[in-house]
Amino acid sequence: MDLFLQQLLNGLTLGSLYALIAVGYTVVYGIVQLINFAHGEVFMIGAFGALATWTVLFKGQTGLWVLPFMVLGAVLVSVLVAVVMERVAYRPLRHAPRLAPLITAIGISVFLQEAVRLWYPGAKSALPFPQIDLVTGAAFQVGGITVRRSALFVIGSLVVCAVVLWFFINRTKMGRGMLAVSQDPDTARLMGINVDRIIMVAFAIGAALAGIAGVAQGLQNSNIDFYMGFLAGLKAFTAAVLGGIGNIYGAVVGGLVLGIVEAMAVQFIPGTFGGSPWKDVWAFALLIIVLVFRPQGIMGARVVDRA
Amino acid sequence: MSAILEVNDLRVAYGKIEAVKEISFSVGQGEVVCLIGTNGAGKTTTLRTISGLIRPVSGQVIFQGQRIDGVPAHEIVTMGLAHSPEGRRIFPRLTVEENLLLGAFSRTDNGVKDDLQGAYELFPILGERSRQPAGTFSGGEQQMLAMGRAMMSRPKLLMLDEPSMGLSPLMMQKIMSTVKTLQAQGTTILLVEQNARAALKLADKGYVLEVGHIVLEGTGHDLLHSDAVRKAYLGED
Repeated sequence: MDLFLQQLLNGLTLGSLYALIAVGYTVVYGIVQLINFAHGEVFMIGAFGALATWTVLFKGQTGLWVLPFMVLGAVLVSVLVAVVMERVAYRPLRHAPRLAPLITAIGISVFLQEAVRLWYPGAKSALPFPQIDLVTGAAFQVGGITVRRSALFVIGSLVVCAVVLWFFINRTKMGRGMLAVSQDPDTARLMGINVDRIIMVAFAIGAALAGIAGVAQGLQNSNIDFYMGFLAGLKAFTAAVLGGIGNIYGAVVGGLVLGIVEAMAVQFIPGTFGGSPWKDVWAFALLIIVLVFRPQGIMGARVVDRA
Repeated sequence: MSAILEVNDLRVAYGKIEAVKEISFSVGQGEVVCLIGTNGAGKTTTLRTISGLIRPVSGQVIFQGQRIDGVPAHEIVTMGLAHSPEGRRIFPRLTVEENLLLGAFSRTDNGVKDDLQGAYELFPILGERSRQPAGTFSGGEQQMLAMGRAMMSRPKLLMLDEPSMGLSPLMMQKIMSTVKTLQAQGTTILLVEQNARAALKLADKGYVLEVGHIVLEGTGHDLLHSDAVRKAYLGED
């Protein structure tokens, strides 16, 4: 039983990370029907933004008070990169065939990875991420379960972000505007909604959450590298599809489900097919199963394109 | 009567296909003006161009003395020109109240709450079901919502595209009498209809469109009694 609870916690931790990134895929897809495959890189850049903030302003500090500044740095850099990406690369392709922005996304993805590898000092190999009091360091025991401090940061971040996001979407004018654009962009324009601005906001929201996820990953892994966005991005995209692409709550649920399935598969599938080498296989197998039997995802309502 | 809207030599094309070929017309302050014509005559295209959803190939759209062709759609609403689109296009997964509030998206004044009450007075059914998702409404109720939503921007000119489409005769009467009410309250209305009879009955002025051209114009009364309109649009001999 302890083993099960332990893996549940590990799964929730991993899943929270996936969920934070997955929201970015789904929010952008919901507004412009674009899969932003460069989103994993936005997550990676967030981690580097936090590291840069720490290196430049707080080098040597380990106090918890530094963390908010690191998160802020991560979010600023992520949002800036995402907004510029949208403006420069995606907006000119707004009315192009769908393949064009998709290929562009892959191009941006490679560009961002290489830009960090070449221009961030020392980023050709993995860089150590700062250790921060209370959120890193020795794990503690609750009953028979080992709780890593960074896990609390990750799960806590997801909870806070989900609540803020819910409030933003359901209780603010801009959020209502986003819902309108996702349902009918032309009519939204007739309401006086600046669709270009809403698209920018969608990219910014996704990027902010990805930036926070970048910090979380840094704390969790204690080092970061320019390639970290690839697999994390792919998994988060899987989570978004799993939950129902376009549905924000679906992204959260999909992320958590994916994380838990991975953690459980590692522990409880016996023999050759068990253990951590197979975890990605099980994660993507889950995706295939969901796509076969429920292609709209766990919480997706419809798969038909708008006419 | 001074014109609130003037359309001069407007040409609109989808790629190489010209949908509107040099049409000109005007809407006077306080009038109800209707555009009638068959499917594909260019009525909807004309409205979509005026509200900024489509850019014209050439020609001018002048609203309250200002050129608005080329102005983004979301800014045109702010200037006081609302467009209730063909097929109602309400936001199905949002509630009635959210739909109405979206109509007031461009506004920053404090009167939105009052106008929400105003919309509920105009269409009591909307008030009774303000928390219900709009997608569960019948066609007629959706049309009321679409009109209420358009009025939430406090427009000086309201454009209605086929408000009677698919409605029962009773519901159609209700919608048409609402058009009268709105006119009496001071809103100018540009109405696009396939139901020529109902539209011409309440219109001060009408234009008949055929494949991108205006072929006939006159007062609502004159058109209603002209032989050409009676034959082509009212199904009379």
